[in-house]
Amino acid sequence: MFRQAKWDEPLIFELSREGRVGYTLPKPIEDVDVEIPEKLRRKSKLGLPELSEPEIVKHYTRLSEMNYGVDSGIYPLGSCTMKYNPKINEEIAGHPGVAYVHPYQDERTVQGALRIMWELEQWLKEITGMDRFTLQPAAGANGEFTGVSIIRAYHLDNEEPQRDEMLVADSAHGTNPASAAMAGFKVIEIPSTEEGTMDLEALENAVGERTAGLMLTNPNTLGIFEDEILEIAKIVHKAGGLLYYDGANLNAVLGKVRPGDMGFDVVHLNLHKTFSTPHGGGGPGSGPVGVKDFLKDYLPVPLVSYDEENDRYYLDYNVPKSIGKVKELYGNFAVMVRALVYLKVMGKEGLKNASEIAVLNANYLTRKLLGTKGYELPGKKLRKHETVFSAEPMKKETGVTAMDVAKRLLDFGLHAPTVYFPLIVHEALMIEPTETVSREEIDAYVEALKRISEEAYNNPEVVKGAPHNTAVRRVDDVLAAKKPVLSWRMYLELKEKGEVDY
Amino acid sequence: MGKHYLPNLAQRDEMLKEIGFSSIEELFSDVPEGMVKEFNLPEGKSEYEVFLELNEVLSKNKTVLEMPSFLGAGTYFHYVPAHVKYLIERSEFLTAYTPYQPEISQGMLQALFEYQSMMAELYGLPVVNSSMYDWGTAIAEAALMSVRLHRGKRKRFVIPKAISPEKKAVIETYTRGANLEIVEVPWDERGQLDIEKLKESVENSAGVYVEMANFFGLVEENVREIGEIAKEAGAYFVVGADPTMLGIFEAPGELGADIAVGEASYLGNPMNFGGPRAGVFAVRNDKKLIRQMPGRIIGMTRDAEGKRAFVMTLQTREQHIRRAKATSNICSNEALVAVASAIHLASLGPKGLRELGEVILKNTAYLKKRLGEVAEIPFEGLYFKDVPARFEKPYSEIHEALLARGIHGGYYIGKHFPELGETALFSATETTRKEWVEVLIEALKEVA
Ligand SMILES: Cc1ncc(COP(=O)(O)O)c(C=O)c1O
Repeated sequence: MFRQAKWDEPLIFELSREGRVGYTLPKPIEDVDVEIPEKLRRKSKLGLPELSEPEIVKHYTRLSEMNYGVDSGIYPLGSCTMKYNPKINEEIAGHPGVAYVHPYQDERTVQGALRIMWELEQWLKEITGMDRFTLQPAAGANGEFTGVSIIRAYHLDNEEPQRDEMLVADSAHGTNPASAAMAGFKVIEIPSTEEGTMDLEALENAVGERTAGLMLTNPNTLGIFEDEILEIAKIVHKAGGLLYYDGANLNAVLGKVRPGDMGFDVVHLNLHKTFSTPHGGGGPGSGPVGVKDFLKDYLPVPLVSYDEENDRYYLDYNVPKSIGKVKELYGNFAVMVRALVYLKVMGKEGLKNASEIAVLNANYLTRKLLGTKGYELPGKKLRKHETVFSAEPMKKETGVTAMDVAKRLLDFGLHAPTVYFPLIVHEALMIEPTETVSREEIDAYVEALKRISEEAYNNPEVVKGAPHNTAVRRVDDVLAAKKPVLSWRMYLELKEKGEVDY
Repeated sequence: MGKHYLPNLAQRDEMLKEIGFSSIEELFSDVPEGMVKEFNLPEGKSEYEVFLELNEVLSKNKTVLEMPSFLGAGTYFHYVPAHVKYLIERSEFLTAYTPYQPEISQGMLQALFEYQSMMAELYGLPVVNSSMYDWGTAIAEAALMSVRLHRGKRKRFVIPKAISPEKKAVIETYTRGANLEIVEVPWDERGQLDIEKLKESVENSAGVYVEMANFFGLVEENVREIGEIAKEAGAYFVVGADPTMLGIFEAPGELGADIAVGEASYLGNPMNFGGPRAGVFAVRNDKKLIRQMPGRIIGMTRDAEGKRAFVMTLQTREQHIRRAKATSNICSNEALVAVASAIHLASLGPKGLRELGEVILKNTAYLKKRLGEVAEIPFEGLYFKDVPARFEKPYSEIHEALLARGIHGGYYIGKHFPELGETALFSATETTRKEWVEVLIEALKEVA
């Protein structure tokens, strides 16, 4: 049985003891007299904790022991591609030539960094069938905003300001509509069919002279390949719109199919998913955006270019219609380094193998689980890199929800799938094993899901009361929203008033 | 290559057979004819070969450990204590996703709650999100938020002209879709924000942004007064501050900020050629403001047994629930960068943060004094980290001459601020060595 560490670890503020220090600092290089004007000098309390280094190390080590990562076990969060993060990536990313380099250094002193960015772009171009990339976006959503801003700039440039509608699939990730809205678009949702793919008739009816574009991921968030993608592209292009590829699901077709060949004009990728860089408990990520040739003049500045004659890489600000910047500087460079290391190790065959095994694993899991009481598989049976089951029958028959199933999985030391997404599937369990888990791990996952089904029908309380074996029991998120305690400061105030007893 | 990451490659055919497929191609039968292609990519390599290759490429970078560097202008060389790096490399933190399942992710949630709490202390505002992409996007989000708080009826956002060109460009791109009017307030003859000009532009603005030290490193003397002017005009007051200032300078919250932003990666994180970074985003404890906040927020609550626990909260603001009506599109953030900054802050404590601020302040003052021997400092006043130095000669010539001597000079700002002429920003932090300043000044005496 899995048992997660339960440390009852106090907040670091509660561990504080006056006078302890966890640092040493160099002395000022000269003891210059500097006066801070009275009205600017800090007078308010600075309630930081006071601890020594060994205490700090123990505190965070204990916290880490109450956290589950890809290295702890299977982490099949659908849409997140939680594949193994190779250790060589970390080793190279820790090189002083990464860490101790300033972004404004003279180009001649950062040829290595620029070359890494340029090389990464060449890989990404071939992988996606796009002609030019920016590596500036910090994550997928930042990339989406970049992409749709480029689409907006393009239409404005073509004197078509009326193109203010962005179409998104009803199965789309929330960032798609949110990014489009941020770029000033009105968002129109296109429904999916029973089969789980885009409803072409609805798409035909939705497009028109106000259509700026369509945002789509392929395979879609059900893990189903949009087999009418060429028809979709035709409809959108004929209406004068552009096609945007949300690359969150690229792991399904990596090294096999290129979004550019599907008809997409703009693509964002998630280096923190498909390209094996660690997700850091929420970030940093990196969300490069690639475009077809006719859009490259709108990319953010600077791009990285190569001057062959002088064998020189340089930051290229000569982007005539650039949308500007979506993030400071050049993007999350240390993440790019990791992705390039991964690509170089994998190579052409390796990438193809990765997506094939990812798809095999998802289908293997699907077929093994299919027919288990309480779970059903909406849409087509053939999946790509992920699969979405619905626990709707289980909920109807036993009251056990997808969330309960997720929590119970934790008890077995298995991370839950993504739940309640995509929104079009009730009680969704979205499972993406990735190519880096073994068959035995998938078998164990299926076994656990089957066992939970049995429990749901025979002993539902054990599922509804899950998890039992994690650092804490089911967390009260309703209370968290009703009585926000968002910092130590707020906690102390509420505690004083007797409003919290935890 | 890369077979060592793919356990099931060896069982591929067996597994296919077991689920009734005869080939991998069959799994891709839904892909239209001819769409599966052979890619034109290099073959994979052994780990050792990649290790050698990347080490060679990276050794082409000249690091600030190998040449005295005076670059700052928004990115600074700070020292990261070894234990900070060591702790955030723990795979339980490093390889986890966003903590969607709180019960099995308490470690990251608590670490992020502590980050929020420490930043709340620094900035004097009790509500902090668990990070934005960087300082620049945090300002842009604050601009959008202040417009939402005015229900879109006010669309003007005021920024200082003495702002980093990086940040300004981000603000412009982020706010174009919402049709914001970005108004710049110039500096006066002392380099301070021009209060009279501010009064002229503030009318009908949704928000006013100011930085506690402007892009030129000059400490802004009238932050509180600027806030009063903003508030009088009904605008939200947004204050930007470098966290390393806040041990010695008053907290933005105490100076009247409704929203405060900053760059967390200055603590606990290396420069990494500019990224990753993490934006601080803090607000007053006011429901109206909290409801319009972007980004993920970690809250304290209890579990089914009444024990303290942490969870992502107030999510109805966010994209996965509100979609097109979300307060922001942000999903993945910069969590690990934020945790690194928190570990560094915990190590410094109140005394250490004060000392760090003092060391930087003194080193900056020393650098300014020495630069004054060879160049003109355009504005008198108190500087933090950056110091502008104006030369007679084109700065590019000086830069070349310094580089030839193995010194990296400052960041030329004449391109963005032509009114300042041949001016470059030179920067000092706690990492600056006296010998470096010595060689810099000696070299400048020869070449400037
Ligand atoms: C389908 C899809 N699109 C976009 C995103 C957003 O990516 P990020 O979290 O990197 O901003 C995600 C990530 O969860 C996703 O699953």
